[in-house]
Amino acid sequence: MESADNAFITAFHLIVSMDPVLTGIVLLSLQVSLSAVLIATLIGLPLGAAVALWRFPGRGLLITLLNAFMGLPPVVAGLMVYLMLSRAGPLGQFGLLFTPTAMVIAQCLLVLPIIAALTRQVVEDLWKEYAEQLKSLGASRARAIPTLLWDGRISLVTTVLAGFGRASAEVGAVLIVGGNIDGVTRVMTTAIALETSRGDLPLALGLGLVLMLMVAAVNGAAFLLGESARRQAG
Amino acid sequence: MSDLRVPVGLLPLALREVGFRHGDQDLLKGITLQFGSSGKTLVMGPNGAGKSLLMRLCHGLLRPTEGSIRWHGGGRLGGQALRRRQAMVFQRPVLLRRSARANVEYPLVLQGVSRRQRRRQADAALERFGLSALAGRPARVLSGGEQQRLALARAWVMRPEILFLDEPTSALDPAATKAVEDAVLTFHEEGTRIVMSSHNLGQARRLADDVVFLCRGRLLEHSPAETFFTAPASAEAAAFLRGDLVW
Ligand SMILES: Nc1ncnc2c1ncn2[C@@H]1O[C@H](COP(=O)(O)OP(=O)(O)O)[C@@H](O)[C@H]1O
Ligand SMILES: [Mg+2]
Repeated sequence: MESADNAFITAFHLIVSMDPVLTGIVLLSLQVSLSAVLIATLIGLPLGAAVALWRFPGRGLLITLLNAFMGLPPVVAGLMVYLMLSRAGPLGQFGLLFTPTAMVIAQCLLVLPIIAALTRQVVEDLWKEYAEQLKSLGASRARAIPTLLWDGRISLVTTVLAGFGRASAEVGAVLIVGGNIDGVTRVMTTAIALETSRGDLPLALGLGLVLMLMVAAVNGAAFLLGESARRQAG
Repeated sequence: MSDLRVPVGLLPLALREVGFRHGDQDLLKGITLQFGSSGKTLVMGPNGAGKSLLMRLCHGLLRPTEGSIRWHGGGRLGGQALRRRQAMVFQRPVLLRRSARANVEYPLVLQGVSRRQRRRQADAALERFGLSALAGRPARVLSGGEQQRLALARAWVMRPEILFLDEPTSALDPAATKAVEDAVLTFHEEGTRIVMSSHNLGQARRLADDVVFLCRGRLLEHSPAETFFTAPASAEAAAFLRGDLVW
């Protein structure tokens, strides 16, 4: 077994030489998490805004659910999607289990509540301030939604990036519904878990480094974006 | 036959026995008055008299709980169509988190005006209110006076038949106040009906053609400015003018 020092050097080499196995895993991770976040954003932004602007029966329950699901443990999300997609489940006929699509669905389930709940909060706060002025300028409530989303863009982008951070860092959900199949559903987090347990430290370390850099970059970008926008917009 | 493309003027605006109740409190009650098709009306009264409430009711931001508010030329127009022919400038303007120019363009975006037209009209309005140099600045970093002028420029592109201003200068210094008063006169010269609240007597004397005086949710006077300032009919208005009944 290699020493940790050696493992580091080999890991670094894997990254710099763009090792095909490592690259494949990184690309699949990105593809899955970005798709999940994109879908969650397309649903979450209008959903959050609608919940913020309209009163309807069950609204309180929906808000409570969204907030509660923000902290949904990834393994539980994975289990839920597994039950839906397994052969006996309601969506079993589509044969999605152990495919990247299943992983996208599971991560979407993890990220959607975050985006929708935080969007509701942001839009509701803005609406308190804007409601009379927008009505005065001739905007309907529905027409106010894109206006509010745009004016809340700084917080919303931060929210979406937070969602991406959560999606790309979780193991439990993708492991359960993806199965960590080599070359098909193996992503960074599941690969790290497996390779570490198998003792292949260089690949685990290499992936760990890439994942860490990615998440750090995303968080850094969110921070810088917020700062510069705040400085600009007052 | 009249040309159907030219909308009939909305004014006059008639309020009949208008009341606004909240819980068991009559915040406004028994307001009957008419705003004719031209001129500058100042809505006066001590704090909490109901001035803001009255203007929000007229503008359609709130519904009266009693009585009726009728636009003579309103016909069957809905609230939104009605509001698009009016404008309101609030005590603290709510500016969108965008550039000054984008703020002025916004009501035109709502009306579906083409991008080029929008740009042209917005630039003309910014120019008119001395804001051209600030067009690209984020609206939220402008000074209080600039923000209020920007709100006026935004109202300007709507070509309102009537402009409501709710104490638009109460948070401004004298120079900025003067700029707002000049802007009000500009609107007036273009034929916009002015309804403005203020508790600044000097300002009211400078601007008013007629005065609506409210006290504790009641309409105590609606008279020509000279009459109101020289011979107020109610004891409350007289006290208000002496400065005894301010808050
Ligand atoms: N939407 C509302 N609901 C309940 N009370 C209100 C509302 N708007 C104003 N009020 C109350 O009505 C009274 C008159 O308010 P306002 O019209 O703002 O007075 P003014 O503008 O003359 O100072 C105040 O006591 C205020 O608290
Ligand atoms: Mg007021």
